[in-house]
Amino acid sequence: MENGNRNDTGNSTKQDQPQAGETPLLEQSFEERQASGLLHKSVSRRELLKMAGIGGAGLLLGAAGLGAVFKGNVFGEAAPATRASSRPNSSGIVDFYGTHQAGIATPSPNFILFAAFDVTSGSLDSVRSLFQAWTAAAAAMTRGEPVGEESGNDHLPPTDTGEAVGLSPSRTTITFGVGPSFFDNRFGLAGKRPAALVDFPAFGGDELRPEWCGGDIAVQVCSDDMQVAFHAIRNLSRIGRGKVVLRWTQEGFQRTSAADPEGATPRNLLGFKDGTANPDTASETEMSEVVWAQAGDGANWMNGGTYMAVRRVRMRIEVWDRSTLADQEQTFGRHRASGAPLGSRNEFDAVDLDAKDANGKPLIPLNSHVRLARGDGSARILRRSYSYSSGMDNKTGQLDAGLLFICFNRDSRKQFIPMQQKLGQSDLLNEYIVHNGSAHFACFPGVRQGGYVGETLF
Amino acid sequence: MKKGWAVLLLAASLTAAGCSSNNDDGGNAGNGGASASSQASASASTVDWAPIIDSYRQFSVEQADTFIAETDKFVAAVKSGDIDTAKQLYAPTRMYYERIEPIAEALGDLDPDIDARENDVEDKDWRGFHRIEKFLWVDNTTAGAEDYADRLLEDAKSLRALMETVEIEPALLVTGAVELLNEVSSSKVTGEEERYSHTDLYDFAANVEGARKIYDLLQPELAKKDAALDTSIGTSFTNLEDALADYKSGDGYVSYTDLKEEDTKKLSQLIDALAEPLSQMGVILGA
Repeated sequence: MENGNRNDTGNSTKQDQPQAGETPLLEQSFEERQASGLLHKSVSRRELLKMAGIGGAGLLLGAAGLGAVFKGNVFGEAAPATRASSRPNSSGIVDFYGTHQAGIATPSPNFILFAAFDVTSGSLDSVRSLFQAWTAAAAAMTRGEPVGEESGNDHLPPTDTGEAVGLSPSRTTITFGVGPSFFDNRFGLAGKRPAALVDFPAFGGDELRPEWCGGDIAVQVCSDDMQVAFHAIRNLSRIGRGKVVLRWTQEGFQRTSAADPEGATPRNLLGFKDGTANPDTASETEMSEVVWAQAGDGANWMNGGTYMAVRRVRMRIEVWDRSTLADQEQTFGRHRASGAPLGSRNEFDAVDLDAKDANGKPLIPLNSHVRLARGDGSARILRRSYSYSSGMDNKTGQLDAGLLFICFNRDSRKQFIPMQQKLGQSDLLNEYIVHNGSAHFACFPGVRQGGYVGETLF
Repeated sequence: MKKGWAVLLLAASLTAAGCSSNNDDGGNAGNGGASASSQASASASTVDWAPIIDSYRQFSVEQADTFIAETDKFVAAVKSGDIDTAKQLYAPTRMYYERIEPIAEALGDLDPDIDARENDVEDKDWRGFHRIEKFLWVDNTTAGAEDYADRLLEDAKSLRALMETVEIEPALLVTGAVELLNEVSSSKVTGEEERYSHTDLYDFAANVEGARKIYDLLQPELAKKDAALDTSIGTSFTNLEDALADYKSGDGYVSYTDLKEEDTKKLSQLIDALAEPLSQMGVILGA
C-alpha cells in the first residue's frame, strides 16, 4: 500500500462484462465501455482478450494523455493499461492450468482469503504428495466442483465439506507459493532457494507482529464469493492436516460490482480514490519484464513464476478521521471528492508536479503520496491488493482495518524492496498507516494438466 | 455378549443394504452409492469383530472397576476433610473415566451426573467431579462437598452396572476414538474442562490413551484395508504422545496455567493432525 491504495485490479465483477473493473481510474471506464461493447458482439473469449488488450491500452493512452501510464509507481497514480487479460468465460471459471498460475495476471475478483501455512512434516515426499493432492483439489474447486468423490460410506466423514455445493465457480483462483523458510534444511532444498527470495529488510514504519508474518507456504484464494473462498481454504487445510498447519490468514474485500455497477475508480478505506499503475497484464512482453521470473534470473525452477510481497497495512482509521480535509488532501496530493490532483479539476487531469501556489510552494507537497508514488517510474510492480477489516483491536478498542497489500514482481530486490524503502522513509501517509504483517513468497510457475504445482522444484 | 454384537452387526449390514436401494430409487445417488454399499457389507463381513469387541469390553470394564476403586479413595479423602489428599487424587482418579468416556456418554444421563461443568446443567442438578473441584480449589475446603462425594461414588457404580447392558457396536469404537480427541480439542486443550484445578492435561492424556486403545485394537484390520492411512494415524499418535510427554511432571502433568499460548497451539494442531486421519478409520466398516 504503500499508500493506502486499493487495488488495482479490481472491480471487475460483472459477469458479462470484461474485467474492466480492475483498473480503477477513469480511464478504466473507457476501457470498460469498450470492452463491454466488444462483448456484446459476442466475440470469442480469446478474441476479446486480444482486442481488449490492444484497444484498451490505446484508449488509455489517449485518454490519459501521459506517457506515465506505463511508468508505474507504487501507488498507481496512472491508470493501468488494461487488465482484460485472462477473462473468465461466462461460467465464471478461470483456468487453473496454464503457463502461469491464475490469481496473478488474472482479474481480481471481489474477495480474497490469504493463508500462510507452516510445514510440520519433515520429508520432501510428504510435501510433494501434499502438493499433488492440493493441485487436484484446487483445480476441481476452481471449476466449482467438490474436492473429490464421496465414498458412499456412511461411517466416514464426507470428502468435501459441502458449503460450496450449488455455488458457481465465482472466478475463483488459487495460487501457491513458498517462503524463504521453506528453504531451510528440512527438505534438502536449501540449494534451490532463489537469490531473489530474500528476507525483507526492516522498512520504515514497520511494526511487524509475528502472528501476521512469514510462512513456509502461501495460498492465495480469490473469489467473487466469500463462502466459495472459505470453502477452498478450509478444504486445503483439511487435506494438509498432519503435514501443514495454518500460520496466519487474512480476508480482504473490495467494493463489488453490485455496489458500483459503473465501475468507477474505487476508494480506499481512507476515502480517497485509488488507482494503480500496473503493467499491462495482456502484454506478455511487459509481464515478462515486470512480473514473470525468467530462466536466466538464477532459479530455473522459477521460470514463469513470480515473487509475491504480502503486507498487512493497518490504517489508523480514528486518527485519519480527525485530520482536516486540507491535511488529508495534502497527504495524498489529490482532492478527495473528485480525485483530481491538487490544483486541478478532474480526476484524470495530468499531475503537474511543478505547479506552485501563490507563495511559490509546490501545489503537490514533496512527500505527498502522489508525488512519491510517481517516483521516477523506474521500478514497477503488479499490485493486486484488497482492503481488509478484521473487527477491532481489543487492546485499544479501535477498528483493525486497512489494506492487504499484495504485489507480484520479477525480482523483489530490484522492484518492491527499493520502492517500499522510499515510501517507508518519507510518505506523508505513514502518519496514518502502520505495516504490521509481512511475508515474501516465490510463486510457482503454472502447471499443466496432469502435472502438479511445484513440480519444477520438487 | 457375543450374541448382542452379532445382532448389531447384522443390523448394520441391513442398514447398509437399505441405503443402497434407496439410492438406486432416488436415481441421483452420486458416485455409485450402490456399489460402495455392497462393498461395505462385503468388507464388514470380512472383519472378525468378536475378538476386537471383547477386548475393548474387557478394557473398559477394567477401567470402570479401577475408576470405582479410585473414586472410593477420593471420596474418602473428601469426607474425612483431608483436602490435600483429595486434591492429589482428583485428577488421576478422573483419568479412568476419561479413557472410556464414549461409553459413558452412550449411557445417557450418567456423563452429566459425573462430569458436568458449572452451567452445563441447572445448578440444582449440578454434581459430580467438577462440583467437588470447585469446593477444593475455589473454596479451598471439603466442607459441604461430602454429599456430592457420596453421590459421585454411587454414580460411578451405576456406570459400571449399566456397562453390562450396553452393546458395543463397531461403529461406536470407530467414532468413539475420534470423539475422545474431539473432547480434547474442544475443552481440554483450551483449559475449559478443569477451570478451577487446571489439571486439564490429565484428562487430555487420558482421552488420548482411550483413543490409542481403540486404534490399537483396530490397527491390524486397518493395516489390511488401508496401510497408508494406518501409517499416518500411527505417526500422528506418536507425534502427539511425544509432545504430551514434554509436559509430564512426576506421575502426572504440569498445570494448564504453565502452558504458554504456543504450547496449547502446538498440542491443538497435533490433535487435529491425528483426528483427521483417525476420522477415516470408518473405511474398515465398509466402502
